[in-house]
Amino acid sequence: MTLQAVKPLDDAQLAARVAQDIPDGAFVNLGIGKPTHVSVYVPEGREVIYHSENGILGVGPPPVPGTEDPELIDASKRLVTANPGASYFDHCDSFSMMRGGHIDIAVLGAYQVAENGDLANWATLDETFPPAVGGAMDLVAGVRRILVMMRHVNRDGSPKLLKRCTYPLTGLSVVSRVYTDLAVLDVTPDGFALVELAPGNNLDAVRSLTEAAILA
Amino acid sequence: MDKRQKDPACSVAPIADGATVMIGGFGSSGIPLGLIDALLEHGATGLTVVSNNAGAGNTGIAKLLKAGKVAKVICSYPRTPGSIWFEKRYEAGEVELEVVPQGTLAERIRAAGAGLGGFFTPTGYGTQLAQGKETRLINGRGYVFEEPLHADFALLRAERGDRFGNLSYHATARNFNPVMAMAARHSVAEVRHLSDQPLDPEHVVTPGIFVNGIVEYGVRP
Repeated sequence: MTLQAVKPLDDAQLAARVAQDIPDGAFVNLGIGKPTHVSVYVPEGREVIYHSENGILGVGPPPVPGTEDPELIDASKRLVTANPGASYFDHCDSFSMMRGGHIDIAVLGAYQVAENGDLANWATLDETFPPAVGGAMDLVAGVRRILVMMRHVNRDGSPKLLKRCTYPLTGLSVVSRVYTDLAVLDVTPDGFALVELAPGNNLDAVRSLTEAAILA
Repeated sequence: MDKRQKDPACSVAPIADGATVMIGGFGSSGIPLGLIDALLEHGATGLTVVSNNAGAGNTGIAKLLKAGKVAKVICSYPRTPGSIWFEKRYEAGEVELEVVPQGTLAERIRAAGAGLGGFFTPTGYGTQLAQGKETRLINGRGYVFEEPLHADFALLRAERGDRFGNLSYHATARNFNPVMAMAARHSVAEVRHLSDQPLDPEHVVTPGIFVNGIVEYGVRP
């Protein structure tokens, strides 16, 4: 695979790109890690209600120093606040919202995504590393639109957008759209379809970093 | 009726070696730290711990793991920043791990508390975590059969309680506590405020019928 020059988005730019596609009035679950930063970039004027699996609907911004409540945290275990209109509930209600189809959008990180929409984001092939699934399998089972946000390739340059995942699956044919630092791709019945390239990139270079085909 | 207990040591006294113990909490929130400390002091060993996480740092479940009291962990997310004691025990093969998707964990606990024989869930269908389990197509969609998850004891953390065992919670410290209260044969709760007056029935989240013992432990983590 010849490496051609590419111009990747940084984490903030990627989060901002995902945020453009979060509509007004949506109920949204942001996965742990990088997806939690998406909310900061949702355009002014859109009222989005954020769900966190540990029992809060209406997650607000981080607390002002001095007002932290150690028992008000999100799924990433970060200190948060509750927005006006928020509610607290137990785990059974929280996962009923997720599995029961009540959440509109989830934004998740991933190790691998396959062209048929299969997602691998909970375990690697390293047996000495304890697997940790959390709520990922419940989210993909019940949330209507699954958006994946990740780097286009691994640190060693190997592809993450594959014909078939090699890591254990989180869910089968569950991903709707993938946002990488190089491109936005829809999962279609025919495979990955290009929505847009990150500014300053060309399709051939991005294809050379992708194991699966990209329809354009 | 008075379920109030003198101290956390009294609450955990009936826990025997080899018991299955559910422990409320998510991350650092809603963990019954006083009851866990008392359990460690009590000395029961060979425990199966059911909880969302496997502890972090040197507090809570991590303390039990560090002291070698835990034979098995059933949880959704054992690996968190600082989960060193779980990782140490796991790498050495000293603790068995059963990973359960978080919603399935909550619902298996609920099934036990609600007297159900299990349920079919789409969560995990077609994945490694469904291997060996019964599956069924319902209206064209694949589901996995999951069994109820019972426990001998549940250790809970709540904000307020009364002598009837009624509990109310604070913010995201609620998490698994209400459902675990239902699923164990014997549930005990530590509360930040143990009220002399009964709680307002409109504010009760866990009805006292699910709680066997209640003790005041004022420290909020």
